[in-house]
Amino acid sequence: MEFLGVLLQLLDATIRVSVPLLLAALAGLYSERSGVFDIGLEGKMLAGAFAGASAAAVTGSAWLGLMAAIAISVFFALVHGFASITHRGNQIVSGVAINFIAAGSTIILGQAWFRQGGRTPSLTGDARFQSITLPGADAVSGVPILGPIYSDLISGHSLLVYAAFAMVPITWWVLFRTRFGLRLRAVGENPAAVDTAGISVAWLRYRAVICTGVLTGAAGAYLAVAQNAGFVKDMTAGKGFIALAALIFAKWRPVPVMFACLLFGFLDAFAIRYQGLAFPGIGRVPVQLMQALPYILTVILLAGFIGKAIPPRAGGVPYVKER
Amino acid sequence: MAEAAIELIGIDKSFGLVRANRNIHLEVPRGTIHGIIGENGAGKSTLMSILYGFYQADSGEIRINGQPVKIDTPNDAIAAGIGMVHQHFMLVQNFTVLENVMLGAEGAPLLYGSISDARAELKRLEKDYGLEVDPDAVIEELAVGFQQRVEILKALYRGADILILDEPTGVLTPSEADHLFRILEQLKDEGKTVILITHKLREIMAITDNVSVMRQGEMVATRKTSETSVEELAELMVGRRVLLRVEKDEADPGDVKLSVRNLTVKDSRGVTMVDDVSFDVRAGEIVGIAGVAGNGQSELLEAIAGIRAAVSGDVIMDGKPIDVTGAADPSDLRERGLAHVPEDRHYTGLVLPFEENENSILGYHYHARYLNGPFLNLDAIRDDAKDKIEKFDIRPADCRLRTANFSGGNQQKIVLAREMEQDPGVLIVGQPTRGVDVGAIEFIHKRLIEMRDKGKAVLLVSVELDEIRSLSDRILVMFDGRIVGERDGEATEGELGLLMAGVEQREAAE
Repeated sequence: MEFLGVLLQLLDATIRVSVPLLLAALAGLYSERSGVFDIGLEGKMLAGAFAGASAAAVTGSAWLGLMAAIAISVFFALVHGFASITHRGNQIVSGVAINFIAAGSTIILGQAWFRQGGRTPSLTGDARFQSITLPGADAVSGVPILGPIYSDLISGHSLLVYAAFAMVPITWWVLFRTRFGLRLRAVGENPAAVDTAGISVAWLRYRAVICTGVLTGAAGAYLAVAQNAGFVKDMTAGKGFIALAALIFAKWRPVPVMFACLLFGFLDAFAIRYQGLAFPGIGRVPVQLMQALPYILTVILLAGFIGKAIPPRAGGVPYVKER
Repeated sequence: MAEAAIELIGIDKSFGLVRANRNIHLEVPRGTIHGIIGENGAGKSTLMSILYGFYQADSGEIRINGQPVKIDTPNDAIAAGIGMVHQHFMLVQNFTVLENVMLGAEGAPLLYGSISDARAELKRLEKDYGLEVDPDAVIEELAVGFQQRVEILKALYRGADILILDEPTGVLTPSEADHLFRILEQLKDEGKTVILITHKLREIMAITDNVSVMRQGEMVATRKTSETSVEELAELMVGRRVLLRVEKDEADPGDVKLSVRNLTVKDSRGVTMVDDVSFDVRAGEIVGIAGVAGNGQSELLEAIAGIRAAVSGDVIMDGKPIDVTGAADPSDLRERGLAHVPEDRHYTGLVLPFEENENSILGYHYHARYLNGPFLNLDAIRDDAKDKIEKFDIRPADCRLRTANFSGGNQQKIVLAREMEQDPGVLIVGQPTRGVDVGAIEFIHKRLIEMRDKGKAVLLVSVELDEIRSLSDRILVMFDGRIVGERDGEATEGELGLLMAGVEQREAAE
């Protein structure tokens, strides 16, 4: 039972750290499937986290925080869209610019508004998304094995966690069972085909980046208003890039995206839990190495293990009508 | 005369200073196949793009079935019953046939109902027009001919009554093209109107009811196909008389310059593409290799040029072997006097973003005459390029222009000028006139004959049987990687066609 308890704790932590990755990766999926590469997931998430924490701190409502996070993130997504769809700019440059703007402006505005060294005030009570106890969780907790799995692992997360995992089948359904999804996948592969079929390429891509904005906003809100109790500078800490790696690792497919994010999340949780611990036969592993583990694995996986990841064919290329 | 399905009245369209279409009048009767021919850049594609809503005409009127319509977007064109099969297919490569056909015409926001509707409709179209395609096949796994069928299905699925095909046979094998023509006949019988854009005169004669000729943005003539001839159409297209069959003297073959012995080449999948092939090319003769595309000609050419390693066999040039199975280096071969005009000028022949003068020395750029110490001698290079532009009549005559901005025919001339002006002993040429207009074809053919008359050995690979027949002194026919027959330049089309289809070989085997 001791082992089960430890494992459940580890998996519980895995879920918590996977959620922002999952939301961000699914966000990237919408944009990139439509042919707009988005390296600015990180920046949008960070801006969303800051806006969410600020709004929640001022209004005392986690929901308003979430709204604010989504609004600012969608705004940045539209800026990216304006640069790369309407003006056919370089999508990488635009994404990097958004990352810089977000990193700088969150600190400056945070200091100007709250004077806590770039932090937002600590959120308490309704200003945070609280964990939800699923029905019957207490009643079954005594049942061996399955009980703890339900009451500790599945129950007891915030609403955003459930929403994030629900987005996996929803995204799959949207992509493969709706008209919007069919057109979205088509425009990322061959925008000329979409154009000649009488569909607006630009409007379709704008809708895709709006989806991206909504989900990165939710990811940011989760970080600042659910997982933590406020905004800390640079709190995304590269999660947007890991999400991008997970997206490539999963070859732009929703269900594999979830597993990729859980894998990266597990490594992260493992590193946090076992840092400084002595392993039999290996001895003490330096903290830095443990912390670097997810990133090292990212490089290894992307370099060799996934085979050929074929991105959407029109990805990164602004659409210009022929002739 | 039947009512006109399409009427174009006074269409004008300019791009900057270029008047792509001038005062075009065109009437296409319903239920006919109407050909539109013209050289590259004559304005055919612009006109059709206006009809399909990609461009708006500066002035003029479009009438469909007698009603004036305004076509601002492809949607308007689709609504007016116009469907288009583009030269470069507008298909999503990793989608299924069904998904491609549905795209843009899904009906409801959710796909559940539309998928089964589309499937049923595809079945009906398949039955009515003989357009057989597996609806669940993925596009990238289909042969080009089938992909084109999907494009036609897409148009019919949207209820097109008028079908425009832009250079539909450029990518097809002869038998695929025949099949396409049968489909077009069937569409015509069902009352559809077909517009066929091409620069191949033979197709016009074979299938159209009427034909309109465009030249430099103007519609210069419309004829009943039965009342015109290839010669007349060619003359109308180019604006002067064209020699369709090149005039040449009897060949005077000299010593063997290039000798191929038992050459075997496999492709990257390990499939044998060239199977134990032997032949000689002598100085002062053109040897043509005929065959349906994909029977090993490309691999043969690449092996001799040192681009692709052969599995076994020998190639001897001027008495000295070329290391075709190992480290044959294209630049060494060039030094030895073997010039190569590759089949695909975009992929291997040119760097399209480069200026014309840079492409005109590529591969010879390290020659002392183009250098100034360790640096390129730009003046010498540009003078050299201007010289070639003049000799080969490359238009526009601007050596600083990006190569991508030249038409296909002129791009091909840039490659030919580069290789021929090095005065090679052996010239191997792949598809010298693919995607090249009639005027330029005539020019290129004359230059090839000139090379022969200067005593060069020329090896010509082409899928255009007419070209092979009019240029070659000897014709080798390749089928399934083997040389299945040798004929002289007077061989008939039927005779060669049978060889190309592998018929004689099969009979011999029985």
